[in-house]
Parts: sequence; C-alpha cells; structure tokens
Amino acid sequence: MSRLDDTFAALRRRGERALVAYFTAGDPSLDETRRLVAAAARGGADLVELGVPFSDPLADGPVIQRAGARALAAGTTLPRVLETVATLRADVGVPLALFTYYNPVLAFGLKAFARTAADAGVDGVLVVDLPPEEADPLAAEARAAGLDLVHLVAPTSTPARVRLIARRSRGFIYVVSLTGVTGERHELPPGLGAQIRTLRLVTTKPVCVGFGIARPDQVRAVGRLADGVIVGSALVRLVEERAGAPTLAADVERFVAELKAPLREPPGGSGESHRPRPQPGGSGESHRPRPQPGGSGGGRPTQNK
Amino acid sequence: MTRAAALPDARGHFGRFGGRFVPETLMAPLVELERAYARARRDRRFQARLAALLADYAGRPTPLYLASRLSEHCGGARIWLKREDLCHTGAHKINNVLGQALLAERMRKPRVIAETGAGQHGVATATAAALLGLECEVYMGAEDIERQALNVFRMRLLGARVIPVEAGSRTLKDAINEALRDWVTNVRTTYYLLGSALGPHPYPMMVRDFQAVIGRETRRQALAALGRLPDVLVACVGGGSNAIGLFHRFIGDRRVRLVGVEPGGEGLATGRHGASMTAGAVGVLHGCMSYLLQNDDGQIATAHSISAGLDYPGVGPEHAYYRDAGRFEFVAVTDAEALEGFQALTRLEGVMPALESAHAVAYAMRLARTLPRSASIVVGLSGRGDKDVHVVARALGVELG
Repeated sequence: MSRLDDTFAALRRRGERALVAYFTAGDPSLDETRRLVAAAARGGADLVELGVPFSDPLADGPVIQRAGARALAAGTTLPRVLETVATLRADVGVPLALFTYYNPVLAFGLKAFARTAADAGVDGVLVVDLPPEEADPLAAEARAAGLDLVHLVAPTSTPARVRLIARRSRGFIYVVSLTGVTGERHELPPGLGAQIRTLRLVTTKPVCVGFGIARPDQVRAVGRLADGVIVGSALVRLVEERAGAPTLAADVERFVAELKAPLREPPGGSGESHRPRPQPGGSGESHRPRPQPGGSGGGRPTQNK
Repeated sequence: MTRAAALPDARGHFGRFGGRFVPETLMAPLVELERAYARARRDRRFQARLAALLADYAGRPTPLYLASRLSEHCGGARIWLKREDLCHTGAHKINNVLGQALLAERMRKPRVIAETGAGQHGVATATAAALLGLECEVYMGAEDIERQALNVFRMRLLGARVIPVEAGSRTLKDAINEALRDWVTNVRTTYYLLGSALGPHPYPMMVRDFQAVIGRETRRQALAALGRLPDVLVACVGGGSNAIGLFHRFIGDRRVRLVGVEPGGEGLATGRHGASMTAGAVGVLHGCMSYLLQNDDGQIATAHSISAGLDYPGVGPEHAYYRDAGRFEFVAVTDAEALEGFQALTRLEGVMPALESAHAVAYAMRLARTLPRSASIVVGLSGRGDKDVHVVARALGVELG
C-alpha cells in the first residue's frame, strides 16, 4: 500500500473526502512553497500537489501560467523542487504529488527522476501531457521506485479510454471536470455527475476531481460525487494576491480549512440551509462504500463560512 | 531505417520520435481526426476535390525554374527553384490548408483555429475559411503581429479574427500553446488547422501528405528537364512542412542529398538562433517528441530568427528521425546570410523570396560554389517576400515612409 492508498483508505473510514491543495512550486519562492505546504496541511489538506513550472504550460489557464512564469523567474527547477520536498518532509506528513509536464521529467532522466522523487518523499506524479499510450517508460521507473503514476480522465475520454486509464492509474484517478484549461469557473460542468458515475462503474480506485473548482460550495457539491476535490487556481491566485504579506501562510491555512470543511460533512446531506443546489445528474453516491457515521472532522476549529 | 512509406507506425511514431503527448482531453479528438483523415485519404471524391482546388484555385503545379543568372553568379552547380512562392496566398502553406479545411468541412466542424508565425499559414487558413464559409480565428504572437502587420491585415480582410498572444516569447511557440488551449476548450465544435509537420499524431503525417505534392511535382519536372534526378534538394526548416513536402518523395532515392536549412539567427555561438537540429536535444513539446532547443532543466528556449516563420524552438518528428538515420542533413544559415540570399535572388532573378526561403537560397549559393557545373540543386522556394520588405528595409538601415 502506498501512502496515497493509505490516505484514501483512512478518509473512507472516517467518512471524509480528500481536499487536494495545489501550489505552483517556487511561486513566489521555494522557501515560501515550504511554508505554504505546511500551512495547507495545518488547514486540513489531505494531499498537496506541487506544480512543476514549465515554459510552455499548454494545459493551464492564466493564473497558473503567471505563477509558473514567476517560479521560473525565481530560478525554480525540478531538481530544486525535489530538494524542497526532501526538506519539507521533516515537518509535513501529508502525501505529496507532483503535477508536471513531461519535458522537465525527460530532461531529468526517467529513472533518476523516479528514484530522486521517491527518496525525497514524493508519493505520486501526474504528467498532464503523458497519456497512458506514451507512459510505459515512466510507469516502469515509477513502479520500481514506489512512486504512484496518476493518470487523468477527461470529459472527452471514450468508454474504452476510461477503462484503460482506470486500470493504469495508481494512487487515485484524476478527473478533469471540464473541456478546457485549469482555472476558476462560476459553474460546475453539468455532465460531471454522469462522468463520475461512468468511471465508478469500471473502478473502485479513489476518484479526485479538479479543474474549475474554487469555492467551498463547489467543493461541497463535488464532494458528494468524488473521493477528493482538487483546488488549484483559487489557491494560486490567493498566493499571487498576498505574496509578500506577513499573513500569507495564515490566509492560505484559513482558506484551505474553509475548503475542507464541507468534505467532513456526511455525504448523504446534512440538511444545512446554505447548501447549494444539488448536482445535476443526482447524487452519484451509490458506488462509494458507505462512510462511517460520526467521522466528520472532529476537533477541527474552522467552520465553513 | 524503415521504408519511408511505412512511417509513422500505427501510434504515430517515427522511430523514437513523434507520438501523441497531449492532455487527455485531446486524445479522443485526435483519434477521431486520425480516422476521419484515413477515410478521406481513401475517398476518391475527397481526393478529386482537393486536386481540383490545388490546380484551379492554388495554381498547381508550380514551376521548376532554372535560376541561370544566380547559378552563373555562384559559378558552380545549376540552381533550380521550386516556385511555391507562386502558389495562391504566396507560399506552400495553402497545400496543407486546403486539404485540412476540406477535412474540417467533412468532419462538420464549423470553426477552424490556427497558429501562425510569419502570418503565411494564418493567411492561407483565413483564405480557405473564406472559400468554404468556415469561422476562423488565428493565434499569433504579439511580437510577430508587430513584424508582420501586412499579413495581419490580410487575415482581417479575409474575415478571420487575429488573436494576439502575449504569453512567453510572444512568437510562434506561444501561439501554438494558445491554439491548443483553445482547442482543449472548444474541441467539440472546432478543428485545429495546424500549419507545420509537427504536433501530435496524426498532424505530422497529415501535413506531410498534403505537402508531399511539392516533391512529387519536383521529381517529375526534374526528370523531364534534366533527364535525371537532381543531386541535392535544399529547403528551409522551421517546423519543417515545406522541407518534408519537398523531400518525402525522394527519401528512397539514395543518391539525392536532402538538406534542411535551419535559422542560425545571429550565429550559433551567440545562443540567439533557431537551430534545433544542430544545437538542440531530444524532448517533448506541442504533442510530439523531437529535437528541441531547451536548457538542462527541460525548459524550452526562445528561438531567434529574422524570419518569423522559422522562429520555432523545435522541428517536426519525421525530420528528427531522418536526421538520426543519416538520411537528412541539417545546416544553419545566419540572419545576415539569409539577407544576402534575399538580395542576390532579387537582383539576379527578379524573384523576391520570403526570408524563410532566403535561408535555403543562401545555403544553395554556398553549396553551388563547391559543386561542378554538371550538378543540380533544387531549392524549395517556399514563399514570396512581399511580407518581409519592411523587415529587410530595417535590417538594411532604410526608413520606409
């Protein structure tokens, strides 16, 4: 069992869903990234994704593009990101995944990357421009090093591709919620419920949803469908707006806590009056193991506003 | 080396190059495109319609012209020009665009998007969109918009929307990033009309097939005019579509040298160039594995060339394959040499080449001097130079009104 497997198993036992917090590594600096990851963990993030900045981030929207440009300007490289993870591990136990484009990994060398990342304490890696058809060389090295290679499934994925991805993905399956680039959206995509139900038919692996999810009410709605919710651009934008402010880490911790709170609620619905409209396509709960009652976030101070 | 006709393999690989390195959202649409193209390729009506448009609309076949005065000037091999500059819209780009636009129509995609560097591919795409009644948006780096104002206005006149790209180096590679972001977002209604022989499978194969008409004509024309095959083919290489188009039919003709000319910019030693084959390393960009200009950390470098159309830090995967196989040679020509080639061809033949093509002219002149008079060099004259007149003026220190 990998640390990712353990994390999702423990969450299921507690009746919670994972909050996955994304930061662009090195924005505004790798020192700051270390503090931000610790803050996110304190705020209740169950998994942290670190984006490896790339010169040509064709899957990213403007917010993460800008963050990547700042990180590169600050001298961030993949080897330095891995060094940062290694030092982080002294005080942060939360699982970590790298979110990267393929070329920096290729330039590092597949075997060297997988070993160095695993040794540094990285648990998983997502390569946004590496579909399963091209992933065998990295998958072999990742498996040998004990690193989970996570694959992404998209709204355009055909049923055959969904099966292939579900079979190949390790740790969890990353559901891209929409056809588009990363970035905040006002509305959740209408087909999301159906997309996740289709996926649940072919896998029991944990399912995390990302792209376009920015607010606690959106997190709550997606949390009814998935095992985890990934928030990226909203956090990166917060970092952009508050960079340099003494309260940055505290602000991030507070926002992460707000995002996590609805994921501690029993997924069947708590009857809260401020609950958003139900997801189109119904609850989609039936494929998930029943959560344990009474496991909702005891002792955590922050409540959803 | 595998037989040319067999490449790429079923998964779009040219040996270790090519492939399909894209976000998952694009995988199913690329398979759909591959199937639609395979059907179109076998469909006689599609092929007949394309052939008719190439003949009656684009002006094919283009001449193979003996540049006698230029050859005399160099004092060696005879230099022939494959006159793609005489194609409708002024460059070889139209060959590929007509093929793909017919495919877009066949796939019932009402909207086409394209990237453009010098603007030639953008103009060709806007032209085909006007012809077929398709909605057209063209992504173009903000820096290229400044250097190619004439082509920008041509696209607008043709009814296309030109979208400036401010990200990154504000040139062709950033325009491709933005076009791919658009395609990821609007993939159900939109056809991405990629302009060079790069990107994810099936683009390198498809663009090559549509451009291969250049080499087929050249081979036939050379046999008729010379009674034999030429000794050397020379073409400029940015992404590599005109070069692969010219070379492809000759790959099996082992005695014909095939030389790609890369932009040497201000000189390879300065680091300000676009010579991916000469100075790059293998990596993945824009959906395929090939040679790229990049740093040790895998970050893509900014290419530099006086010609916006060669200002790209990579090259198509089929070129990478034949480079490693030893079949294609690659050389670099600097901005200054290209300007000399531009002026020489203009003065001696009354043919004003695009600055892209001027790189090939410059190398052919250099090479001709080293070869006997009995030898023949064919230059892929990929485009005409009107669009570059102001760039040339600035480089020569002339103020235009």
